[in-house]
Amino acid sequence: MAVVDEALSRPSGGGARRRLVAAGPYLLLAPGLLWLIVFFIWPTAQMFLMSVSSGTLDNGFKLSWTTSAYVTALTKFGKQFGNSLFFGGTATILDFLIGFPVAYTVAFRGGRYKNLLLFLVIAPFFTSFLIRTISWKTLLGDEGPILGFLKHVVGIVSPEFTVTGTPIAVVAGLTYNFLPFMILPLYVALEKIDFRLIEAANDLYASRWEAFRRITFPLALPGVFAGSILTFIPALGDYVNATLLGNPQTQMIGNVIQGRFLVLNDYPVAAALSFILMAGILVAVSLYARFLGTEQLTG
Amino acid sequence: MATVTAEPASPAALALSSRQLRAPRSLGRFLDRWLLPAFTAVAIGYLLIPIAVMILFSFNDYEGKFNFIWHGFSLKGWLHPIDWPGLPNAIGNSLLIAFVSTIIATALGTLIGLSLARYQFRGRGALNGLIFLPMATPEIVMGSSLLTLFVSSALPPLNGIIPRGTLFPLGLTTILIAHVMFNISYVVVTVKARLAGFDRHLEEAAMDLGANEWMTFWKVTFPIILPGVMAAALLAFSLSIDDFVITNFVSGTSNTFPIWVWGIIKNALPVQINVVGSIVFLVAVGGVALTTIVQGRQPRSFR
Repeated sequence: MAVVDEALSRPSGGGARRRLVAAGPYLLLAPGLLWLIVFFIWPTAQMFLMSVSSGTLDNGFKLSWTTSAYVTALTKFGKQFGNSLFFGGTATILDFLIGFPVAYTVAFRGGRYKNLLLFLVIAPFFTSFLIRTISWKTLLGDEGPILGFLKHVVGIVSPEFTVTGTPIAVVAGLTYNFLPFMILPLYVALEKIDFRLIEAANDLYASRWEAFRRITFPLALPGVFAGSILTFIPALGDYVNATLLGNPQTQMIGNVIQGRFLVLNDYPVAAALSFILMAGILVAVSLYARFLGTEQLTG
Repeated sequence: MATVTAEPASPAALALSSRQLRAPRSLGRFLDRWLLPAFTAVAIGYLLIPIAVMILFSFNDYEGKFNFIWHGFSLKGWLHPIDWPGLPNAIGNSLLIAFVSTIIATALGTLIGLSLARYQFRGRGALNGLIFLPMATPEIVMGSSLLTLFVSSALPPLNGIIPRGTLFPLGLTTILIAHVMFNISYVVVTVKARLAGFDRHLEEAAMDLGANEWMTFWKVTFPIILPGVMAAALLAFSLSIDDFVITNFVSGTSNTFPIWVWGIIKNALPVQINVVGSIVFLVAVGGVALTTIVQGRQPRSFR
């Protein structure tokens, strides 16, 4: 505010200039805001209109306020919605179980290796998401390094055993791809904790477990919230892992949306599916925020 | 720590408490010293394995179309890193879109970040929410809604509003629009975080010394927020160059590197995918290492 006050108090500034300064924040944010309105809000509105329209891509769509696309979306794709929820949920829980001890160790026991460890956690981001998933396909392949070794060298796995094309491979891929999104917010939350609070708990004869349960974990809850949202949302909408590592039975809702839009050109149903996914996530996130009591999402 | 007590406890009480503590303490020490570090090492190994596989298989002397099974060491891939139809074009497009979208998104996002961090104004909360939304929306929803907008811009009633050909057909322009859109929020959040610890007295001092707003901004404000802006730009660049899901919806027949990879892996898995992936990885790691070293050499006050 100081710049504004200063500028306003200057005698040299005329009325026009004063108005310009008062409009300052709006002028600064206008271009970016416009971009977000035109290319984020408007498309979302357009998608909603598409979901209640009828017609085809070739003959044009007509806004007929029909709900038939929603009926189709909700009745025909229960299995894929279920797969998305189940695979995405499982991956999020696994990521939390793997990520929390890692974030805890890096934050409290990292010492001078803290930055190196953090760098290793984000190293996967320096490789393309697609290539990492293809690498998992190589790794988990029937004759790949893991199964090939177990089949032909150790011999404890039957030659017909396969991982790719199963739900296990899809969940493994999702868990892998979104793990850094879980670790980083957890680390940030844990790193902020004032260590004296834990010492105080110890001084007051809390056991280690008690101190963890009643001090450390509650203070890390914002990180748990951010991490699980950052993991669950992209996992829910993902179709790359299900395509590369799964089979037709493991298709997720993302596969259906992608296929309807880009292959079948069935825009109204695809738009309805997309809209249901988005609305469901918004409702779930706000309920979750209320449940955990953390409202400081945007920082 | 716990040893300081107001009144001396009886020996019996001390013995009791130490016996109670012994079991959990040694378990805790085992957990601290061995279990957690070992678990962390395994987890980080899990994160790095696919990268190791990617680099290893870039040296594979494979036969046939699919680079899936190890056949022996070869430099073939590295001697012909972009020798595949369509690959040079895809890489060129990826770099072009990443550069341009980074510049636009960084400029727009930094301005929003500045206004949010230093002004109180009507609609500030709503704007914060709007910035958060693209980050909380699945990519597939953003991609499909943009596709809907672009395609319906060719149909009534939008074709009356939008000049013909501005958005539709899909191609590099629509990819660029999408990349700027999803990058703005990340830039805003990064720049805002940097501005949070900003000492406004520095600006007041500059103004007291006779600098006008423009000069104050370029001589004081901008150099201070520059590391945040650079970090935001790097983040935007890496998000743009790696994006697949949104790009796949709005690319039409244009290729970026991820789109090219997606198209080709149905019929072949050329070693060039691994080579290009490895080059990107090594350049990124080298860049981070270089920045760390340079920053480490600077005196503390300039960090």
